[in-house]
Amino acid sequence: MRFALTEEQRAFAESLDDLLTAAEAPAAARAWGAGDTGPGLRLWGRLARLGLHALRLPEEYGGLGAGPVETVVAFERLGRHPAPGPYVESAVVAPVLLGVAGAPRFASPDALAEGREIVTFAAPPWTPLALDAEAASRVLVLDGHTLREAEVGAGRRSVDASRRLHEVAARGELGGVTARTAAAALDEAALACAAVLLGAGRRLLAEAVSYAGVRRQFGRAIGEYQALKHALADVRVGLDFAEPLLYRAALSLGEEAPEAARDVSAAKVAAAGAAHRAARTALQVHGAVGYTLEHDLGMWVTKVRALMGAWGTPAVHRSRVLAAVAPDAAVGRRD
Amino acid sequence: MNLDLGESELAFRDKARAWLRAHVPAEPLPPTDSAEGFAARRAWEAELAAGRWSVVSWPEQFGGRGATLLEWVLFEEEYYRAGAPVRVAQNGISLLAPILFAHGTPQQQQRCLPRLADGTEIWAQCWSEPEAGSDLASLRSTAVRDEARGGWLLSGAKTWSSRAAFADRGFGLFRSDPEARRHSGLTYFLFPLDAEGLTVRPIPQLDGNPGFAELFFDEVFVPDEDVLGAPGDGWRVAMSTAGNERGLSLRSPGRFCAAADRLLHLWCERGASLPEARDRVADAWIAAEAYRLYTFGTVTKLAEGGEVGAEGSVNKLFWSQLDVGLHETALELLGPEAELRDAEGAWADGYLFSLGGPIYAGTNEIQRNIVAERLLGLPRGTR
Repeated sequence: MRFALTEEQRAFAESLDDLLTAAEAPAAARAWGAGDTGPGLRLWGRLARLGLHALRLPEEYGGLGAGPVETVVAFERLGRHPAPGPYVESAVVAPVLLGVAGAPRFASPDALAEGREIVTFAAPPWTPLALDAEAASRVLVLDGHTLREAEVGAGRRSVDASRRLHEVAARGELGGVTARTAAAALDEAALACAAVLLGAGRRLLAEAVSYAGVRRQFGRAIGEYQALKHALADVRVGLDFAEPLLYRAALSLGEEAPEAARDVSAAKVAAAGAAHRAARTALQVHGAVGYTLEHDLGMWVTKVRALMGAWGTPAVHRSRVLAAVAPDAAVGRRD
Repeated sequence: MNLDLGESELAFRDKARAWLRAHVPAEPLPPTDSAEGFAARRAWEAELAAGRWSVVSWPEQFGGRGATLLEWVLFEEEYYRAGAPVRVAQNGISLLAPILFAHGTPQQQQRCLPRLADGTEIWAQCWSEPEAGSDLASLRSTAVRDEARGGWLLSGAKTWSSRAAFADRGFGLFRSDPEARRHSGLTYFLFPLDAEGLTVRPIPQLDGNPGFAELFFDEVFVPDEDVLGAPGDGWRVAMSTAGNERGLSLRSPGRFCAAADRLLHLWCERGASLPEARDRVADAWIAAEAYRLYTFGTVTKLAEGGEVGAEGSVNKLFWSQLDVGLHETALELLGPEAELRDAEGAWADGYLFSLGGPIYAGTNEIQRNIVAERLLGLPRGTR
C-alpha cells in the first residue's frame, strides 16, 4: 500500500503548472469565449507536445500508455489554469475509445496524440451537448455504445463563457464499442471532470487566501477576521478530503474493478461539493471585485458551476453510489 | 500509487478478524461510563490483552505486536466492523502512551505501559480547567516544589476530565514556574486519582452518565519519578499527544465506516418513508470512504518520514462533522422513534456522543484558526 503520487507524477504536474502559468491560460480562455480560438489552440498544441493528449493512448498506438491516475494529475492542473478547449473529450474520451481492439477508427491516433485532431463528443443523457464543436475537427455522438457522426446544430451559451456548447443530431453509425469500453470512457470523463473541479477549487482557495492577506478594511487585513478564516478553513477541509476519492477512483478504473462506477461517482460528488464551496467562499471573500468580468476569479466561479453538471450531475452520481452500496433499498433510485 | 495489501497484512487482518469473531461479546455491554459498564470494559481490556490485541502497534515487550501503522488501521477496521465495545483504555493508549514512548524514562515505561495495556490501570486526561478550555495555555493549576520529599505539590482544579469518574490514574499539565507565562513553565505530571488531597467529582453528561469529572487538587504530592519529560517542558511534551488526538488515533476510520454501513442498512429498511434523505445517506457513505482513504494517505506520509502537524486539525474538523451528520441522518430516518434511547441500533445515544466531537480535543473553532493560520497562512492578527 502506498497511497501517494510518485516523484515522476509530481514532476509531470509541475511541468504542466509551469507551462500553463507561462502561457497565460486565463487570457486564452477570455479570447476563446469571445470567439478567438488562436491563443487557446496554441496552448492546445503546447500541451500536446508535453504529452497531455498522448497520456491515455496505449503505447502500441504511439501513446504514453499512462493510466487514470495520470488523468487525475493532469486534469487537476488544468483546473488550476482555465485552459479552454475540449480536453476531457479529446484527451480522455477519444483515446479511451480508440485504445481498444476493434473500436471504430474515428481518428488517427498520431494526429490525436499530437493535438492535430481535436475530437469532441456529446454523450446523452449525461452530456447532451457537444463542447467546442466549432473548434473541433471531429464531432461525434456516443449513443449508448454506438459511435455516430454528429450534425452540429445551434450554439448554446454556458455560464462559463469559455465553454462553447452546441446541440448535435446523431447521424451515420461509425461502429460500436463494448458496453464496458463505453462505460469506461464515460467514467473516466467524469473523473477528469472531477479533477478539473478539484484543481479549480484549489486555485479559488489560493486566490481567496492571497486576497484576504492584502485587502485591508477597518485598519487590518480582512484575513485576520475569523469569519473569513473559518470559511476558508472549511474550504480546505472539503478539498483535502475530496482528493483521495479521486485517486481511489483512478485506481479502480485502472484495475477495471467492479466498484469503479461507485468510486468515480463518489469522487465526482465530493469534488463538485468541495469546488462549489470554494467558489462561493472565494467570491464572498473578494466581494464586488470578484463579481466583475475584469477580475479573473469569475472564470473559476463559473467553470465550477458548469462542471458540476457536466458528465453526470451530482444527483446522477449519488444515485450510482447508492445503487452500489445499498442495492436493497426500496427507494431512492433516480435513473 | 496503490491500495494493495501485502500477504503479511492480509494475514494479520484475517487473524484479527478471527479473534474478534470468537471473542467480541454477543450482547452490548452496559453504558461505558456507568460503574457496571466500566467494569465490564476493564475486563474486556484484559481479554484483549490476553490475546495480545489491546495495543497492536506497541513493541512486543510491552504487550503489543509491533504492528505497522497500516496494520493498526486494519485492526481498527476489523474492531469496529465486529461491533466490539468502546474502549475505556483509549485515552491512555492514544494520548499518554505515545508520550511515554517518546519522553518517558525506562522506569516509567516499565511501570506504566504493561498496566495500561491490560486494563489494570485506566488513565484519565486532565487538561482543561474551569478558566482554561480552548485557551489551554492560560491554565492556572500549580505545582510547587517540595525539596524535602523530592517532588511537587499540585493545587488547583481540572475539569472535563474524560473517564476520571472510574479511572485509576491521571495525567495533565500544571504551572511549575509561577514567573513564566503561557506555554512556558508548565510540567507534565502523572498521579493516582485516589491520592491524598485529590477530590474527584463526577459530572453527568447529556446521556446521564458521568463520562467526565471535575478534579480538585489540594497540595497533592507527586514524586519526581512521576514527572514526564523535563520540569518546565510540559507544553512541548503534551502537544505531541494533542496532534495524536486530533489526527490519527482517536478516531480510526473503522468507526465511521461501520457507522456508515449501519446507516445504509437503516436506509434499506426505512428509506421508503423518507426518500428525501437519499442525498444525505449517499453523502454519509462518501464521507466515511473519504475519511478511510485520507487515512491511507496519512499512513503513507508517516511511513515515508513525514509528519502530520496542523493537518491534524483538518482531520478533526472532518471526522467530527461527518459523525454528527451521519447520526442526524439516521435520526431523521427513524422518524418519531428517533428520540428513543432504547430503540434498536442505539442511534440516539450515538447522536449524543457525536455532539461532543466538535467540542473536545480542541473545539472546531480553534481547529479552524489553526488551519487558517498554519496551513493557509492567513495573518494571525487580533481576534
